[in-house]
Amino acid sequence: MNKHLKMDAPQKRVLDETAQGTLGRPLDRPEGPLKVSGRAAYSAEYQLPNMATGVLVRATITHGRMTSLNDEAVRGMPGILGVFTGERFLRNPAQGGAGKAPVQGASEVAYLGQPVALVVAETFEQARHAAQQLRPTFAGEPADTHPEHAAQVDRPDKKQLDQGDVDGAMQAAAASVDVVYTTPPHSSAPMEPHASVAEWQGDRLILRGSYQMLKYNKKELADAIGVAPENVRILSPYVGGGFGSKLGIAPEAVSAALAARELGRPVRVVMSRQQVFEGTMRRSETRQRLRLAVDADGVLTALEHDARVSNLPGESFSEPVQQATHFLYRGENRRHENEIARVHRTCAGSVRAPGEAVGMLALEAAMDELAEAAGIDPIELRKRNIPDTHPENGIPYSARSLAECLDEGARRFGWGQRDLRPGQRREGEWLIGIGVAAAARPNILSDSRARVTLREDATALVETDMTDIGTGTYSVLSQLAAEMLGLPVESVEVRLGDTDLPPAAGSGGSWGASSSGSSVFLACRGIRETLARRIGCGAEALTLQDGVATGGNRRETLRDLLAEGSIEVEGHIEPGETAKEVSQASYGAHFVEVAVSAVTGEVRVRRMLGVFAAGRILNEKTARSQCHGGMIWGIGSALTEEIAHDPRDGHIVNRDLAEYHIPVNMDVPDLDVTFLEERDDHASPIQSKGIGELGISGAGAAVINAIYNACGVRVRDYPATPDKIIAQLAE
Amino acid sequence: MQTTLKINGESWTLDVDPRTSLLDALRHHLDLTGTKKGCDHGQCGACTIILNGRRINSCLTLAVMHDGDEITTIEGLGEPGRLNPMQEAFVRHDGYQCGYCTPGQIMSATGMLDEVSQGWPSHVSASLEGDVPLSREEVAERMSGNLCRCSAYPGIVRAIRETAGEVSE
Repeated sequence: MNKHLKMDAPQKRVLDETAQGTLGRPLDRPEGPLKVSGRAAYSAEYQLPNMATGVLVRATITHGRMTSLNDEAVRGMPGILGVFTGERFLRNPAQGGAGKAPVQGASEVAYLGQPVALVVAETFEQARHAAQQLRPTFAGEPADTHPEHAAQVDRPDKKQLDQGDVDGAMQAAAASVDVVYTTPPHSSAPMEPHASVAEWQGDRLILRGSYQMLKYNKKELADAIGVAPENVRILSPYVGGGFGSKLGIAPEAVSAALAARELGRPVRVVMSRQQVFEGTMRRSETRQRLRLAVDADGVLTALEHDARVSNLPGESFSEPVQQATHFLYRGENRRHENEIARVHRTCAGSVRAPGEAVGMLALEAAMDELAEAAGIDPIELRKRNIPDTHPENGIPYSARSLAECLDEGARRFGWGQRDLRPGQRREGEWLIGIGVAAAARPNILSDSRARVTLREDATALVETDMTDIGTGTYSVLSQLAAEMLGLPVESVEVRLGDTDLPPAAGSGGSWGASSSGSSVFLACRGIRETLARRIGCGAEALTLQDGVATGGNRRETLRDLLAEGSIEVEGHIEPGETAKEVSQASYGAHFVEVAVSAVTGEVRVRRMLGVFAAGRILNEKTARSQCHGGMIWGIGSALTEEIAHDPRDGHIVNRDLAEYHIPVNMDVPDLDVTFLEERDDHASPIQSKGIGELGISGAGAAVINAIYNACGVRVRDYPATPDKIIAQLAE
Repeated sequence: MQTTLKINGESWTLDVDPRTSLLDALRHHLDLTGTKKGCDHGQCGACTIILNGRRINSCLTLAVMHDGDEITTIEGLGEPGRLNPMQEAFVRHDGYQCGYCTPGQIMSATGMLDEVSQGWPSHVSASLEGDVPLSREEVAERMSGNLCRCSAYPGIVRAIRETAGEVSE
């Protein structure tokens, strides 16, 4: 049986009527005991009989051709089973949701660090040593590596917007700002390096790989190695972090599959940390110009947000810098100019909250500057500019609690104590300030399927190829099924990360929980209909709680109702008209207190509060952790994170975790997260919206705004490292 | 080369390539994959184990250097159904998300509490001598060698302080 819903109209709040009372509760993750005891097995940890190990070798030029693999000497080394390269090797990972192979061919080099060969040996030590000895020869060609000096700069028509008269509005403004912000490239840097174990069973490839969106990854892998998608099975029950870097099939999977087929043995390939930095996706650097104008009432009359980003020649992805700017604030006169510089640097792709993560660093800091220029409190300025309808296409908004988040945050954080003038509060060497920023992230529903089986023993099995990359999928799907079927949550088993199961939305774009959750909800609705028939009442009249069904004046245990057989339903959610008819987004507000050393320019975040509204919260504990993660990423992008490209050849200089500075424990204060009660009936039948990327959106700008309030230094070139602050403090 | 390691109370004799790191010996030769490889350069802490009573990064040392040494890995602390208090606290406080850095965090926290009980000061300690009160800052400082990109730091700190009896939640 199938239960399908196309999201063409707002949906009833069924989950407000169910009786189990488990949904939303801050329950521990069901897979937690496996993770804290080291028993959860990640991709590289499958020890298959007769398995060989491969190590990737990189290009040492920026652009050109590999003229010879030069592998004779290496082939004779102890334990070496083969050296592989060829036209099926991936240049870079597939972009998220591609569903087909990215650019292939190891002989054409497009960036320094591109994987061009795989050395396979009996042991890791042998393979690593031989890979280090392999010296392919290359013929280099000139290459642009700097986005500001690139010869080729694309300006795609569909990425430009010019509405009204921005220049006129700027001239007529009561107050305005015209500022340029820059953000450096970022790396996802998941703690688990990209890893694949490839095993051929006859014509069928079984790949244990660390991936986020399996139904696409299966097609990408099949396309890359030239087999039918039915002959590829990917298993990813545990993924050690993704953040966008594992959205698309990556070089290690394809090279492992090719080598395994050739050798007739399973092959494991794990990227080194350095290879993760240079051979998977980076977030593009951005240069953004903001021109904002308000009238005498503090209402935006002009909003211009332009950006230059970069990517490899031919790549379709470009950082969607204005993704939140489109709908967040008023402003009749609007302009977005987008330029994509073509450079030979590591491929740019999705990193947590593509668009908002850097777009809001600039927009929300510029709003702070505008507030000062206009003499209006930053919160008041934002509230005055919440649009009635979408400022670019006129559609209405679905549930939107931005003003409430700002007000609640202001109350909790003590915003009223803030001195408007910077540099007014000092404790010894430390200058103290607070800052605010809005958070916004569009909500996306994505096609997703799940099978739910209510078994004779009144336990349920949820099966889907959805992944849990730390996001809490195991938790929220078990709670949804338990809620809908009236079961203790322990009676629900969730199986994920296997392409032989019904295809799900995958983990990306913050759509995972709502999309896969909706498919589980629908399947359970189908099961409820069957149970209602068995007990003899309408589906609406059925109550399920703690394994007991009540309806039509009858009360039966689920076990009795299931005596005539288990019930299996596949749920299928499909996005529909509500995606176009209303503007859907999650919203929030960030509040930060920093201390800036007047001696060194060092910034310490002392307090941080996030108030968020993202529709129905499915598990308050895992949702909170998602927000913590986003906010801490915000701290990183504000203060420390920055990929450095060598200006001569574009290579990533700081390609390890000692040189690329993700926040450590000591960089983070105890965070406060509050959720506002909200339902979004347009978003999904479970009224939830995305939360995984909301926490980073705007977070770093709140840090920058707090720095300004603390010491009067406005850093417009992220990250705000001590050198940039002390240089202006000294003036 | 032959090496005998005493791991979680059990003796293992291995014949390994001398280039094999202690981390790879655990993961590739003993199927003790709870100890994770995040960077292989001593930068992330995911491979933290206890060696002769001290926490170390197992990627930064070779297996053959540890003949006769006593090693505790995450598998030696507890298993589902029989978790130790630190592991339980990590679950309760959601001191993890993807779970990949988690064994290293827990092993590091275990070793760290032992250092504190021996009176080792840290960069943020008020005094170089005497008892160390396990403040939030003290835990954060001592755990900053263990990176977590999911950024579960707030839960990690709470779990550790609760296990140490500093806070009851």
